[in-house]
Amino acid sequence: MKRTITLTVNGAPRSVEVEPRALLALVLRDQLDLTGTHIGCDTSQCGACTVHIDGRAVKSCTMLAVQAEGHAVTTIEGLAAKDRLHPLQQAFWDKHGLQCGFCTPGMIMTAADLLAHNPKPSEAEIRHALEGNLCRCTGYQNIVAAVQLAAGAR
Amino acid sequence: MLRLPSFTYLQPRTLHEALAMKTDAGPDGMYVAGGTDLYPNMKRRHQEPRTVISLMGIPELAQIGMRNAQCGIGPCVTLTTVSGHPTIRDDYAAVAHAAGLVSTPLLRNMGTLGGNLCLDTRCNYYNQTYEWRQAIDFCMKKDGHICWVAPSSPRCWAVSSSDVAPVMVALGADYVLVGPGGERVVPAARFYHNDGINYLTKQPDEVLWEVRLPRPDGWDAVYHKLRRRDSFDFPVLGVAAWVRWEGGRGTRDEGRVAEARIVLGGVASWPQEVPEAGAALVGTDLSDEGVAAAADAAYRPAKPMDNTDFDLSWRKQMTRVYVSRALAELRRRRLPPAR
Ligand SMILES: Cc1cc2nc3c(=O)[nH]c(=O)nc-3n(C[C@H](O)[C@H](O)[C@H](O)COP(=O)(O)OP(=O)(O)OC[C@H]3O[C@@H](n4cnc5c(N)ncnc54)[C@H](O)[C@@H]3O)c2cc1C
Ligand code: SF4
Ligand code: FES
Ligand code: FES
Repeated sequence: MKRTITLTVNGAPRSVEVEPRALLALVLRDQLDLTGTHIGCDTSQCGACTVHIDGRAVKSCTMLAVQAEGHAVTTIEGLAAKDRLHPLQQAFWDKHGLQCGFCTPGMIMTAADLLAHNPKPSEAEIRHALEGNLCRCTGYQNIVAAVQLAAGAR
Repeated sequence: MLRLPSFTYLQPRTLHEALAMKTDAGPDGMYVAGGTDLYPNMKRRHQEPRTVISLMGIPELAQIGMRNAQCGIGPCVTLTTVSGHPTIRDDYAAVAHAAGLVSTPLLRNMGTLGGNLCLDTRCNYYNQTYEWRQAIDFCMKKDGHICWVAPSSPRCWAVSSSDVAPVMVALGADYVLVGPGGERVVPAARFYHNDGINYLTKQPDEVLWEVRLPRPDGWDAVYHKLRRRDSFDFPVLGVAAWVRWEGGRGTRDEGRVAEARIVLGGVASWPQEVPEAGAALVGTDLSDEGVAAAADAAYRPAKPMDNTDFDLSWRKQMTRVYVSRALAELRRRRLPPAR
């Protein structure tokens, strides 16, 4: 049975009608048109679907939309200020931290959680924090470099 | 795209409400906490509850508190919190360490201690999509009659794959369960069953209400985990080792092991204690000979089946290596700096 839930998405209150089984990742993409949140594996492995719930990075393919009721969701679309990229987005650009770009929204959301809780992480801490995000293209090196650059730029 | 089947989702605010909802839902109702085990399983139709009752809205279940110098952890505390909590890190380092080894940071932000301790057992023939399982014909754990790992076996050998459960058994933690009939306290060791299908002694309507850790009074414990990658993967072998030193840990006159427990994860359908291994350590100062005897004792009954990652016989051999490493760590930690 569908029900209407209200949540904050990227700072703005939104209401959507959802079935309990609707995954947050699908509702963000199909009902709220926020297609920056990607779906890769569907089984809580790859991290492409990472979003923030009240500031903590989680996998939105493993969470029901109804669980987000009353909470603040941030997606990749919510990071940039009007026409200025978020420092992490800029750093991924500058350091060539992406190739196909499929993993990038999830990488950046996870890295943003890391930097919010640990503004000056070591390389090892960055790698550890990104463990739940898989990338098939870059070999991770430039992703780590991008996060280091963003941490330095803050 | 793997979709969840339809279900009704309920969010009780009190334990009383949760129990009433479960009674109303009957056998088709299931509790959920972080959902990191249950939802992927539901996508693969391993569990098909018609009613899902979330425990995450019950504030008491998400607390960590001290009573009589004993630490009590609510089951809905996330693994991120367990692994970072100052009291748990200082006094129950093995618990914090094991919680921090589960999966990846993103899943530890959602996954809870209670969900980890009640984790479904795992098997290569079971943790597959419905279509995959249908294609080879279902096994007895779900929808079928045969065991593909041991076709003549009357039972399922799916593997206990929780990282924290072996530590709880080794520490001698108590689990507080609350059901419609009231509250009962069960030692962690008696919470688990060596059966891949009925792996818990908990009744389906009972809620795990609290995990009570023993006082930190002169014992020490460690956890070592074997897996292919240093992240993501479930344990294919976990070793929890616990010792009580004569005279207490960190005291000048401490000498020998008064009591010890070795518990193996990933080798059976429950966290398997090997009493012979613990007994081999009593009276030793974890000398090389004592450690070797315990490692050998742990190696013998470890009976991994061919249903997880890695070669079967290699996994069995690794029991010896990982038990030795765990005990070597305990020996190194014997005289910690005075706090
Ligand atoms: C990619 C991936 C990797 C993983 N790696 C690991 C790993 O390395 N090690 C590991 O141990 N686990 C691993 N897990 C499993 C899981 O994420 C964790 O065990 C997690 O702690 C489960 O907690 P949860 O709150 O999400 O459980 P849920 O999915 O909410 O619940 C799991 C089960 O416990 C029951 N339950 C939960 N809480 C209670 C309660 N209070 N009372 C009664 N019943 C309850 C539920 O009914 C359900 O049957 C992994 C999962 C994934 C998807
Ligand atoms: S051990 Fe056998 S019955 Fe159990 S899940 Fe695996 S194949 Fe199925
Ligand atoms: S789509 Fe969510 S983790 Fe892969
Ligand atoms: S850039 Fe292609 S998956 Fe990471």
